[in-house]
Amino acid sequence: MAQTAERVVGTEVRRKEDPELITGQARYSDDLAAPGMLWMKLVLSPFAHARITSVDVSPALQVPGVVAAFGGRDLAGEWAGPLPTAWPVTDDLKNPPMYPLATDEVRFQGEGVAVVLAESRAAAEDGAEAVVAEYDPLPVVLDMEEALKDGADLVHADLGTNASYTWTLTNGDVDAVFATAPVVVKERYVVQRQIPAAMEPRALLAEYAPAMGEYTLTTSTQIPHIVRVVLAAFVLGIPESKLRVRAPNVGGGFGSKIRVSPEESLALVLARRTGRPVKWTGDRSSDVLTTHHARDQIQEIELAADEDGRIRGYRTRLIANMGAYLLLVGPGVPLLGAFLFCGPYGGEAYHFECTGVFTNTTPTDAYRGAGRPEATYAIERAIDALARRVGRDPVEIRRMNFLPESDGPIPSPGGLTVDSGHYNGTLDKALELVGYEELRAEQRARRERGDAKQIGIGFSTYIEMCGLAPSRVLGSLKYAAGGWDAARIRVLPTGKVTAFVGVSPHGQGHATTFSQILSDDLGIPVDDIEVVHGDTALAPLGMDTYGSRSLSVGGVAVHRAADRIVEKARKIAAHELEVSEDDLEYVRGRFSVKGAPDRARTIPEVAFSAWTAHNLPEGVEPELDASAVYDPENFVYPYGAHICAVEVDTETGQVDVLRYAAVDDVGTIINPQIVDGQVAGGVIQGIAEALFEEAVYDENGDLLTSSLTNYEVPAASDVPSIRIDKTVTPSTTNELGVKGVGETGTIASPPAVINAVVDALSHLGVTEMARPATPERVWRAIQQAKGGAA
Amino acid sequence: MHVSVTVNGTRREADVEPRTLLVYFLRETLGLTGTNVGCDTSTCGACTVHVDGQSVKSCTMLAAQADGREVTTIEGMASDGELHPLQRAFHEHHGLQCGYCTPGMIMASDSLIREAGHPLAEEEVRIGLEGNLCRCTGYQNIVKAVVAASQEMHGAPASA
Repeated sequence: MAQTAERVVGTEVRRKEDPELITGQARYSDDLAAPGMLWMKLVLSPFAHARITSVDVSPALQVPGVVAAFGGRDLAGEWAGPLPTAWPVTDDLKNPPMYPLATDEVRFQGEGVAVVLAESRAAAEDGAEAVVAEYDPLPVVLDMEEALKDGADLVHADLGTNASYTWTLTNGDVDAVFATAPVVVKERYVVQRQIPAAMEPRALLAEYAPAMGEYTLTTSTQIPHIVRVVLAAFVLGIPESKLRVRAPNVGGGFGSKIRVSPEESLALVLARRTGRPVKWTGDRSSDVLTTHHARDQIQEIELAADEDGRIRGYRTRLIANMGAYLLLVGPGVPLLGAFLFCGPYGGEAYHFECTGVFTNTTPTDAYRGAGRPEATYAIERAIDALARRVGRDPVEIRRMNFLPESDGPIPSPGGLTVDSGHYNGTLDKALELVGYEELRAEQRARRERGDAKQIGIGFSTYIEMCGLAPSRVLGSLKYAAGGWDAARIRVLPTGKVTAFVGVSPHGQGHATTFSQILSDDLGIPVDDIEVVHGDTALAPLGMDTYGSRSLSVGGVAVHRAADRIVEKARKIAAHELEVSEDDLEYVRGRFSVKGAPDRARTIPEVAFSAWTAHNLPEGVEPELDASAVYDPENFVYPYGAHICAVEVDTETGQVDVLRYAAVDDVGTIINPQIVDGQVAGGVIQGIAEALFEEAVYDENGDLLTSSLTNYEVPAASDVPSIRIDKTVTPSTTNELGVKGVGETGTIASPPAVINAVVDALSHLGVTEMARPATPERVWRAIQQAKGGAA
Repeated sequence: MHVSVTVNGTRREADVEPRTLLVYFLRETLGLTGTNVGCDTSTCGACTVHVDGQSVKSCTMLAAQADGREVTTIEGMASDGELHPLQRAFHEHHGLQCGYCTPGMIMASDSLIREAGHPLAEEEVRIGLEGNLCRCTGYQNIVKAVVAASQEMHGAPASA
C-alpha cells in the first residue's frame, strides 16, 4: 500500500536530519579535506583605523611549510570589483569599496591585510605570524552621534561624511497629528551591538579544476545561490556556470552566514593561482572580528495619543551603525523594521527615518530578526511609557490599541497589509500561561514587605513581517534580487521521491518539514522522501535561507511542485484507467474512479508508468517530475504575546527570569516540535540580548569582547525553561496558511525582559533601563532613582 | 613525537608535532571529525570527549598528554548499531538543531549522568552543562533530553 494512512502535517515527526548529527557522521565545512590541500590564514589589522605603510610577506615565505603569501596589493589585480552590497537603499547611498584584502588603509580591527598559504594548519599560523605589516594610525571614529557632527573625523576621508544614507517613509499627515494630539511621549533607546556567534565559525574549502576552468566552493553559508552569482559576476569576473557552491552541514547561521566573504574570494583565487585546493577555517578569535556584527541602533520614537492612550501617530528616527563598510544587505537591515515601529497597533500617521553611519568597527548586517527586533523593542518599550503617562495598565493599553482582529488582510499604519491576526487571542492565552494574577499578587506582597528581591512583569505583543519577500516589493525598496524560491520534485520509478529545494538550512529541519508536506501531497511515506539542498549544481535555482522564508516561500514552492506532479499523474492515471480526468478522485497519493473506488492508481504506480513510458497519453512526456517557482504576493505576519516575569535583587542588581510565556501565532503548523524548538531557541537568544550580550570596543576601536569568555553567550545555567503555546490563524498570503517562526522569539523577547525589569523597579521610580540589563546597570539605575550616588 | 592512544576501543598510533592539540589529532590525524571546534578559549565545549572515562575539552589537552590513554569520541558512543540512550534522547526530544554542539553536549552529558549516579533533575543538568554552549536550542530540549536519558541510564521510570 503506497498511500499513507494519516496526514503527517501537524504531527511531531522526528527529524530526518538527526541520525548523522548525533553520531558524529555529519560533515561541516571544516571536516572536509582534499588531496594536496593548502591551509589559508589571513593576517588581520590590529588597528581600527590606520594607513598601511608596508606589508612584507617575505619572512613568512621563510617559514617551513609556507607555500605562498600575498599582501593586498599583490592581489589587487584579481578582483573584477569590490565585495558588493545587494541593497543600495537610496540613489545617493555612499558605498565605499571593500576588497578582500585592504591595500592602503584599514578601517576596522580585523580587516585583512595579507594572506598565507601553507602545507599545514600550524605552518599557516606560523607564516601569518611572520608577516610584517606596518601601520600609521589614523583617528578612530566609534560613536555614531559624534560621527554625524560637522568636523567629525572620517572613516572614509574621500566621502567627506560618515553618513551613508538617509531613508524615509511617511504615511498620513504626521505633523498635523503630532501638533494636535494631547499626549506625546518621546523615548530614546540604544539597541546595543551584538555578535551573532553561531557555534560553527565560518569555514570553507575552495577547489579549482584548471583544464575545465571550474571552481567548486564548499562553504559554511546560508546563501549558496547568492554567493555563486555575486562571487562569479562581481568579485571574480568568471562565468557563473563555472562556479559551483555547496553548503554542507552548516553549524548555525542566525544571519551571520548571509555573507559573500573576503575569505571565499581569496580562497578561490588562490586555488586557481596555486593549482591546489585551499582550506580556510576561521577560529573564534578571528571570527568575532571578521564575521559581521549586528543591531547597534540609536532610536528616537515618539507616540502621539489621545488622553486615554489611544495612539494616533508614530514618529521614529534611527541612527544605524553600518560599521566600516556596507556589507551584502547591511544598509537594508533597518528597512526590514521600518514598517513595524507601530507594532500590531492602529493609528492614522506614521513617519520613519533612518541614517546609516560609518564607524571604525566591524561591519554590521543581518542577525536573527534583522531590523524587526529593533523595531519591536522601540514600540514595546514606548507603549509602556505611554501607559505610564496616561495611567493605564500595560495589558489595557495594548488591547485598546490593537489593530482590528481579522482572518483576512487589513492595512497597518506602517503601510503594510497584514495577512491575518487575532491579537487578543494570543494575549489572553499568554496571561493564563504565565499565571498573571498570581504574579501580580506576589509582586504586591513583596512590595508591601519591602523585600530586597522584587518581581516585575513585562509584555511584548509583537508582530513581524517575514517570508522574504514579494519580488516587486523588494524592487521598490531597491534590493538587487528577487524574493521567490524554487523546488523541483522527482517521483522516482520505484515510488521514492527526491525534492531539490532552493532554500538552504542550517539547523531548521527543512528536510523533515518539507517531507511532511510532500507526504501529505503525494501519499509517500516521510522516510521515502529525500530533500536535496545547499548545492548549486543539484538544486540550481534558489534564493536561500533568511528572513523566516524557508517554509512560507520555499515550502510553498515545494507544495506547488507537488500539485503539478499530481496534475501530470492524473492524466496518466485517467489514461490507464480509461476514464476522463474528471472521473477521478484524488486522496493522498491515490486516484480512484468515482463510484468504483477499487479501480485506482497510486502515485508510485503512475511514476513507474511515466518512467517506462510504454503507454502514455498523447502529449504527455515521460518522467513524473515537476518544478515550481513561487514568488509571494505579500509578506507573512507572525505575531504573539510574550510575557516575562523577572526577579530583581535590588541590593545587587542581579536579574533572574522567573517565568517566561511565549504564545505565538505562526499560522498553520507543519511540525509542532520543530516550531517549539525555534521558539525556545529564539526566545533565549533574545533574553541574552536583553541581559547579557554586548559587543564592546575600547576608545581605540579594539574589540574587548573578543572571545566567548567575555562575549557572554549564555549557558544552560544562565537561562530558564520557557512556557510555549500557540494560536493558529492561517496566513492568507499562501495556500499552506503558514507564516514563519525562525525569528519570532528573538524579535519578541528583548522588550518583554526589559519592560519586566523596569516594572520590578517602578515603585522606586525607575522608568529607564539600558540594555543589556547587567547587574551593574540595574544597580546604578536603582541608586539614581533613589537619588544616591550612582 | 610518537603517540599511541586507544580511541573508541582501537589502538591508534601516529607521529605528531608536540604542539598538536588532542582535538586536531582526532580530527585531522585520525579523521574523526565528529568532534567539533567552536572556540579557542575552552569556553564552548563543542570539542568535549572522554579521556579514561572523564569528559575533557579536547582543545585544552595535547595529543601527547593522551599518550597511553583511552579516548572516546562521539563516533564511539553507539555500539553494535545501537544508539546510546543520550543519542536517542536528543533525537526524541529535539535536543539539537544545527548539531554542531551536539557531540560535545552528548559527551559532557554522559559523564555528568554517570558521575551523578542517579537520575538528574533539570537544575542539575543546567548547572552540569554550563561548560557547553548551544546557540540554537535555548537549551530547553537539551535539558529535557538529558533528564530523560539519565532516567533511562539509571533505571528510573522514563517520564519527561
